[in-house]
Amino acid sequence: MPLIDYIPAQTNIHFMRLRHWTFPFSAVLSLVAVLLFATMGFNLGIDFRGGTLIEAQTSQPAADIGALREHLTDLDVGDVQIQEFGSPRDVLIRVGAFGASDEAQQAIITKVRDVLGAEYSVRRVETVGPSVSGELVRQSTLALVLGAVAILAYLWFRFEWQFAVGAIVTTMHDIFVTLMIYSAFGIDFDLTSIAAILTIMGYSLNDTVVVYDRIREMLRRYKKLPLPDLLDIAVNATFSRTIIVSTTTFFATLALYFFGGEVLRGFSLAMMVGVVIGTYSTIFVAAPILIHLGLRSQTVAGPAKEEPEAVLGVDEAAKLSEAEAAIVDEPIAPAPAKSSGKGVAKGGKRPPARPAKA
Amino acid sequence: MLHFSRLKTTAILLTIAVGLLFALPNVLPQSALAYLPTWLASSRVTLGLDLQGGSHILLEVDGAALRKERTEQVRDEVRRVLRDQKIGYSNLAVRDTTVSLRLRDAADTQKAVTELRKLAAPVTNALFGNSSGEMDLLVSSGSDGAVTVQLTDAGLTARMRSAVDQSIEIIRRRIDQLGTVEPNIQRQGIDRILVQVPGLQDPQRLKNLLGQTAKLSFRMVDQSMSPQQALEGRPPPESEVLQGQDGQPYLVEKQVRVSGEDLVDAQPGFDQNSREPIVSFRFNNNGARRFAATTQDAVGRPFAIVLDNQVISAPVIREPILGGSGQISGSFTVQQANDLAILLRAGALPAPLKVVEERTVGPSLGADSINAGKTAAYVAGGLVAVFMIGVYGLFGLFALVALVVHIILMFSLQSVLGATLTLPGIAGVVLTIGMAVDSNVVIFERMRDEAREGRSAISAIDKGFVNALGTILDANITALATAVILFLMGGSGPVRGFAVTYILGLLTTMFTAYTLTRLMIAYWVKWRRPAKLPI
Repeated sequence: MPLIDYIPAQTNIHFMRLRHWTFPFSAVLSLVAVLLFATMGFNLGIDFRGGTLIEAQTSQPAADIGALREHLTDLDVGDVQIQEFGSPRDVLIRVGAFGASDEAQQAIITKVRDVLGAEYSVRRVETVGPSVSGELVRQSTLALVLGAVAILAYLWFRFEWQFAVGAIVTTMHDIFVTLMIYSAFGIDFDLTSIAAILTIMGYSLNDTVVVYDRIREMLRRYKKLPLPDLLDIAVNATFSRTIIVSTTTFFATLALYFFGGEVLRGFSLAMMVGVVIGTYSTIFVAAPILIHLGLRSQTVAGPAKEEPEAVLGVDEAAKLSEAEAAIVDEPIAPAPAKSSGKGVAKGGKRPPARPAKA
Repeated sequence: MLHFSRLKTTAILLTIAVGLLFALPNVLPQSALAYLPTWLASSRVTLGLDLQGGSHILLEVDGAALRKERTEQVRDEVRRVLRDQKIGYSNLAVRDTTVSLRLRDAADTQKAVTELRKLAAPVTNALFGNSSGEMDLLVSSGSDGAVTVQLTDAGLTARMRSAVDQSIEIIRRRIDQLGTVEPNIQRQGIDRILVQVPGLQDPQRLKNLLGQTAKLSFRMVDQSMSPQQALEGRPPPESEVLQGQDGQPYLVEKQVRVSGEDLVDAQPGFDQNSREPIVSFRFNNNGARRFAATTQDAVGRPFAIVLDNQVISAPVIREPILGGSGQISGSFTVQQANDLAILLRAGALPAPLKVVEERTVGPSLGADSINAGKTAAYVAGGLVAVFMIGVYGLFGLFALVALVVHIILMFSLQSVLGATLTLPGIAGVVLTIGMAVDSNVVIFERMRDEAREGRSAISAIDKGFVNALGTILDANITALATAVILFLMGGSGPVRGFAVTYILGLLTTMFTAYTLTRLMIAYWVKWRRPAKLPI
């Protein structure tokens, strides 16, 4: 027996009705994201901009960043940024070498090393020349585009086109929001960020596909059930799974954020946000968007792969919702029509009767 | 779904046992590894340079310099051919990769073109080693005696290719001299070389060794005027002003008397009188003969030892040097003398190399990263364990066993494949801890659904596995697609390491979460005959 039973075994939340709030919310979020990209831009790391990054550790109890800044500014090597990195002993020095040649960058490293002298030990040096950074930008963009295309192709092959489009829109939404975090907090955007974005893409899709799988199965079973009701049933059926997996994955990113070291902090933060937004979007974007993409029960062709009882249609749905309604119905905040009050078991004929708000 | 034949059970357990075996060397101390057979002892995860410390340096052959040098070489050959054939010409000039000239007598055009065409050589196809039918030079003529010799792209590409091959060879020789552990040196694209050297104490020294062309030449110092005069006015046409290591300018003849190619050995040492570090060298027969001839003619005059267009020293020849050996002293430190000897022994690069990307991590930071990664993994594992057992009880425990086996298998696969574990790779492992239970959760939730629909416990468990399979496959294949793209686009760096762990993680999780959990539950069902689903 489970020790704790805090995950409601079966929920009956009217997610589809909430789309009148969540769609505008997601739209505004994406818009804010685009505005942020346009105004704040990204704090491009040296991978994409070229330049030099040096991590150093002082032998003293704490690094004197002020003095270091003074010395490094005297070098006249262009834009120098110095920041504490993880602990007071560690500093991260960034020399943005916009347009500097490869040779000039090597000269900069030597100069900075001289300034650091014996007091600091250099723990990490990264230099990316202008030609390489340009290639990395192209490669990364290509990776993201190819990723999206591959997924689209697979989903199209495996599902109907509405699902493929829905998954892509959802994924784009998640990527926008994650990018917004990078932009808003000025996190270094580098190759690791591309890895983070592709991972979030994979995670968000994984989440979405599990729900889509259930929706497709429901479509085959209950051919006459209005789509919004059907989607509600499918999302509720997968809801506990969605929450549980999001929680464990969130735990992993949390552990990475706090214990994984300074280098991975940006990556972990992005992943953390990605997990949360990926879960939100699965429920509130991926599923309801199918209504607007014109998915109909009839669209899903093919035989019901379930046993004969599966093709029962309306009666079966009614039976199912009866079981649902027996469970306490969770009221969700701003739902306008609180049709189903707490624990009122009037669900017997509810799903078929509920008007489709398409 | 819950029936496992004895054969199948054995196969599953055997897979896990083999996985365990190959993951084992990773946790054994070095002393214990000695007792294992080599094939097993070598089964350890290769740590990326960002974890073990080391330098990743991407070098680019300077194509412009290579083209310029080749074009000038062609110009000199053209001059020689026309002189030999006694064909009058004027306006011999070089522009980009074209050598142009004007014949004095347009009637010579045919003869000149025929003779110059003999300079052209067929370009060998790099892939098949046969001739591609293209020539490396294209000779054409105009009506008024204008002749151009054009370097073809095919010829230049072939030259670039061989320059990279030569450079790799020379870099390998230079790094081997440093005595560090196994450098990885490989070609990247057309004109780049990737050098990865683990565990280096002084990456700056490595870069100094790689960054020098190390073209050595012995030339005479031109004493017809002072270097200052030459700088202010015009140096004699056959001479040029070069900077010395001491900051002084020197006026040096362009003609190379003996070049570094004729060196057979160079060793660091100490001057017997001054106790200063020096490099002593020895010429081959050809070099010795020419060095002897040069020094015989020029007793009392200074000659210059020039390395990469910089004068290292310009000693005065006191007596003819006939033995074919000599020494270079240039107020070196011991390490400088050492490095110069290495450079001279390894030979000169065909063209200058420049560092276009560098990623160096010190060993202490690498160790810190590994520890941080371990802590994060333990914390993540602990949280997930508590949560899973909290939610699913006994089945949660089954899922955790599967998770542990999954991580072990991941490491053993990584060890056997020789894939590199990088810092982002560690992040991938930690993330997998959170995501790997996904398949189990999908299955368990399915079981709950089936039980709610009124099935018996055993039937619900069975149906749960059956119905979840499609979902698990769909979900993992889409994730796999993004991971593979990440792998293909990740280049050679840390991101590729992340993709590798991610891919391996997805593959093993499908085995452990589905097959292994099913096996455990099947045996549990056989044993307990549950009347009620325990989740």
